[in-house]
Amino acid sequence: MAYTLCFLLFMIGLYCAVVKKNMVKIVLGIMIMEYAVNLFLIMLGYFHDGVAPIIDRSEFDAQTQTVTAQFLNSSVDPLPQALVLTSIVISLGSLALLISICIRTYEKYGTFDITEIRRLRG
Amino acid sequence: MNIPLPMFVVVPLVAAFVLPAFGRRLKPLATLIANLVTLFLLVLAVASVGTPAVYEVGGWSIPLGINMVLDGLSSLLLLAISVVSAAAMLFSARYMEQYTAKPKYLSLFLLMVAGMNGVVLSGDIFNLYVFLEIASIASYALVGFGCEHEELEASFKYMVLGSIASAFILFGVALVYANTGSLNMAYIADAIGRMGTNVGLTLALSLFIAGFGLKAALVPFHAWLPDAHPSAPAPISAMLSGVLIKALGVYALARLIFNLFGVSVALGWLLVGLGLASMIAGGLLAIGQWDFKRLLAYSSISQIGYVILGLGLGALLMAQNANPAWAALAILGGLFHLANHAVYKSLLFLTSGSVELATGTREMRKMGGLGDRMPVTRAACAVASASIAGVPPFPGFWSKLILVIAAVQAGFYWIAVAIVAVAVCTLIMYLKVHRYVFLGELPPDLQTVRENKGSILFAMAGLTCVCALMGLLVLVPSLRSSVLDPAVSVLTDGVQSSTHLMSP
Repeated sequence: MAYTLCFLLFMIGLYCAVVKKNMVKIVLGIMIMEYAVNLFLIMLGYFHDGVAPIIDRSEFDAQTQTVTAQFLNSSVDPLPQALVLTSIVISLGSLALLISICIRTYEKYGTFDITEIRRLRG
Repeated sequence: MNIPLPMFVVVPLVAAFVLPAFGRRLKPLATLIANLVTLFLLVLAVASVGTPAVYEVGGWSIPLGINMVLDGLSSLLLLAISVVSAAAMLFSARYMEQYTAKPKYLSLFLLMVAGMNGVVLSGDIFNLYVFLEIASIASYALVGFGCEHEELEASFKYMVLGSIASAFILFGVALVYANTGSLNMAYIADAIGRMGTNVGLTLALSLFIAGFGLKAALVPFHAWLPDAHPSAPAPISAMLSGVLIKALGVYALARLIFNLFGVSVALGWLLVGLGLASMIAGGLLAIGQWDFKRLLAYSSISQIGYVILGLGLGALLMAQNANPAWAALAILGGLFHLANHAVYKSLLFLTSGSVELATGTREMRKMGGLGDRMPVTRAACAVASASIAGVPPFPGFWSKLILVIAAVQAGFYWIAVAIVAVAVCTLIMYLKVHRYVFLGELPPDLQTVRENKGSILFAMAGLTCVCALMGLLVLVPSLRSSVLDPAVSVLTDGVQSSTHLMSP
């Protein structure tokens, strides 16, 4: 169910980016798509009543250098969280560039409407 | 010789961060450093041919940490990237004097090179995505570098489609992780091989095809390319058309389909269909263009179609368990065409830049008779056009011949006919370029045009030599067995190609 909603959010973002005529709304659509993917990544690792994946001294067996099975089964998957951090930074970079191009275009054309910004053929 | 693989990414990345600090007075020094970096990468790439290597970043063993893998396919792509980037960087030394903020341009250029090198070396799919985004964001900024009306519009269009493609790819990466529990390519290939595909993986594969297809500008995902490539400064157009769409699109797609998911008949037909559609649509649209760079951009779509067709034919033959030699021949044709296209299309974009710098226009109807005024540009353009149109003995002829032979041997005569027909189409469009740009009457307002000087000529002359000699790669057996054959065998080995990386 949660995954379906996440996919729906992705589709809303895609719809917004493809159909809308205003440049800022297109940018918002792209951001919604990226947040939907981030949400999906986080949900992959999450499960109900999961604990934070930080090892306590009592859960670490110093002799065999392993973590107790009970901890492994109760902690959430930390890898998607690391991926999401990276992907948030990347989407911040591309958002900054998108917005700055929107602003420069507005200075040149005086409008955000892409149907009026049509110097290029095709 | 053992090459430290991170050098391919770290050296341009460090230079890219240092260069913007150079002010106006230190501009020549910044140009020199940037050129030295690209030359150094070229030397590294040549030295790394034939030495497969694996590097574990930070000493973490393979399923845990990040790793970089250099195999035959990666070194072919690295060679193409470094040859084209060295020539384009040399060309920009003089060409970019007409723009302000040259150090920032050099920095973005090197960032793009670092991203592309990272994509072809990366051993896990999430890092592939990260490097792909580095290269893409740098290229969005470079397309809009002139900050004029058309450039901003093209850059916005490119960025919107590119960001959608990136979101697709990241969604695909997440789905693959959800279904296989790994991000490392070798482990994913092993997991998919053991459990077969399911709904999630099929969705991931279709997202990857749409995402990388957008990055590679395959028809029907090509709408951004004819705007974005002509709007960029000429050396950047050469980089975008020459290597970016291949490293980010074709390479990644080939790696995922052949080495991760494994080939199937349906996938093979899909690639053949995409390739044929790109070849024919790009070729027909290119003939009608009057903007020099726009014509070259449409022709890029058409030529990328050849590469995808070759790979798709190989995938189809492998999936049908036909004679493996035929599949290898089709893939060899595709990959050789990829290397050829990198060289001659970047050379053509450099000549278009040279013409634009001398005449101030890209409109072919306003030109004419430039052949006598710009002899070096004309010679370079003639070699590159002969090669792209498939005139023997230039390399484009050999790669198309290999594709035709592979198609005929496999019994797909109509594909062979399509290949030849599009080659004729290509010949027509380049005859048109020569007729309107270099032959005919010199218009009155272009009487004072002179050939460009300095680094522009050196860059074009160097790339022309490479272009004329590319045929040796496939004709001389020792060169073929050290460069092309390892690349082909990476793809024909399929999902087994990377499993030796798995820790026991």
